[in-house]
Amino acid sequence: MPLLDDLAIPPDEREMTRRRFLSAVGVGALTVAGVGTAVVGVHYMRPNVLFEPESRFRAGHLSALPAGGLLAFPERKVYVVRSADGVYALSMTCTHLGCMTRHEADRGRIFCPCHGSQFDLRGVVIGGPAPRPLPRLLVTLKDGVLEVDTRKVVDPDFVLKVT
Amino acid sequence: MGRVLAALTGNRVWRSIVRHGAPDSNRNRALIIFSNFFLHTHPVKARLRAIAFTRTFYLGILSASAFFLLTVTGIFLMFYYRPAVPEAYEDMKDLEFVVSAGMFLRNLHRWAAHAMVALVFLHMVRVFFAGAYRPPREFNWVIGVGLLVLTLLLSFTGYLLPWDQLAYWAITVGTNMANAVPVLGPDIRFLMLGGNTIGENTLIRFYVLHCMVLPLALILLLSVHMWRVRKDGGLYIPPDEPPASKDGETGGKAS
Repeated sequence: MPLLDDLAIPPDEREMTRRRFLSAVGVGALTVAGVGTAVVGVHYMRPNVLFEPESRFRAGHLSALPAGGLLAFPERKVYVVRSADGVYALSMTCTHLGCMTRHEADRGRIFCPCHGSQFDLRGVVIGGPAPRPLPRLLVTLKDGVLEVDTRKVVDPDFVLKVT
Repeated sequence: MGRVLAALTGNRVWRSIVRHGAPDSNRNRALIIFSNFFLHTHPVKARLRAIAFTRTFYLGILSASAFFLLTVTGIFLMFYYRPAVPEAYEDMKDLEFVVSAGMFLRNLHRWAAHAMVALVFLHMVRVFFAGAYRPPREFNWVIGVGLLVLTLLLSFTGYLLPWDQLAYWAITVGTNMANAVPVLGPDIRFLMLGGNTIGENTLIRFYVLHCMVLPLALILLLSVHMWRVRKDGGLYIPPDEPPASKDGETGGKAS
C-alpha cells in the first residue's frame, strides 16, 4: 500500500508553500517596520517648534526713511531701501553661500565679506561669485509704518509706491 | 631569576590569561598573534618586503592612529565642553586658558584632525598609484571612500563646536552647499540645522553627530576595512614584481 506522501503531487514552482508564504510575510513585516522607522526617524528630527524670530516685523515709520536712504536690520537680515519710486526690502543674505552682506555707504554698494560678491542698492549683482540678485521681500504700509515679511519673496522689480 | 619567572608564568592566573608559551618556537610565535584579541587582525606571518616602510609608508595605520588620538583627546575635551549656545564658546575659551593642559589637548585634537585628513588622503593616493584597488580589492576601495567621507564629515561637524565667528560662517556656507542639492536640498538643510538658521538645535545636532554617530560609523567601517585586507590576501604586491633576492629580503623595491 503506497504511503500518502508518495501520492502527493510535487509542488509546482508557482505554488505557494507554507515556507514561501511565511518568508514573504516575514520580509513584508520587516519592510513595513523598516520604512516606518525611517519615516518616524525623519519626523523626529524635524523640530515642530522653532525659537527663531518671527518672519514679519515692523521696519519703522515711513517718514524716518528719506528717499535714497537705506535702513539695515541685521537681526532680521533685511535692508529696507527707499528709491525715487518707492520702498523695497532686500534680503541681507548673500545668494552665493548665505553669508551676511553689509552695506558700504561710501561706495554705494552691498558687499559680502565671505567671497567678495558685490550688489548695487537694487540688489543686482555687480561683481563676485553671486549667481542671483538679492531677493526682494514683501513690504507693506500700515498706518504709516513699514512692515516686512522675510518669508515672502516678491518679484525682483517689486516696489511699494509711496507718496 | 629563572625560578621567579617560572613562578610568575606557571601559576593558574597567568595561564588563564596567556595561553601560549615563550616565543621560542614557530608554533608559540603564531599563537601569540592569533590568541590575542588585539593582534589577531594581523597575519601570523608576513613577508618582509610586504611590510617594508616604502611599500605603504604605514599610511593606513597612521590614519588609524590619528583617529585613536582624536578619540582620546576628544573624550577629554567632552569633560569640560557643553554644547549649548551661551556655554559652548565660554567652555572652549576655558579649555584654552583656564583648564590645566586644556590648551595642549585642544590643539592636539585640532592638529590630529588636520593630520588625519591628510593621512587618509595620502593613503588613498598610495593605494591608487600602487594599483592596490584592483580585484579582489575593489570593494575595500569603496569602503575606503566611505571612510574618507566620514573623516571629512567629522571635520565638518567638529568645525561648528567652538561656536565662534569662523565656526558660524563656515557652517552657514557648508549647509548652503547642501541646499543646492536638487529637489531635496532645502529639506536636507532644514534637517541639518534643525531650523532655518544656525542655532541651539544645530549645535547639539552637530555635537551628537561628531561625538557619537560618526565615530561609531567610522569604527564599524574601519573594522570591515581591516578584515577585508586580510580576506583579500594581505598587502598588495604587484604580480610582476620580481621575488626578493636570495641574500635576504630587502623589500620595498618597486618594479
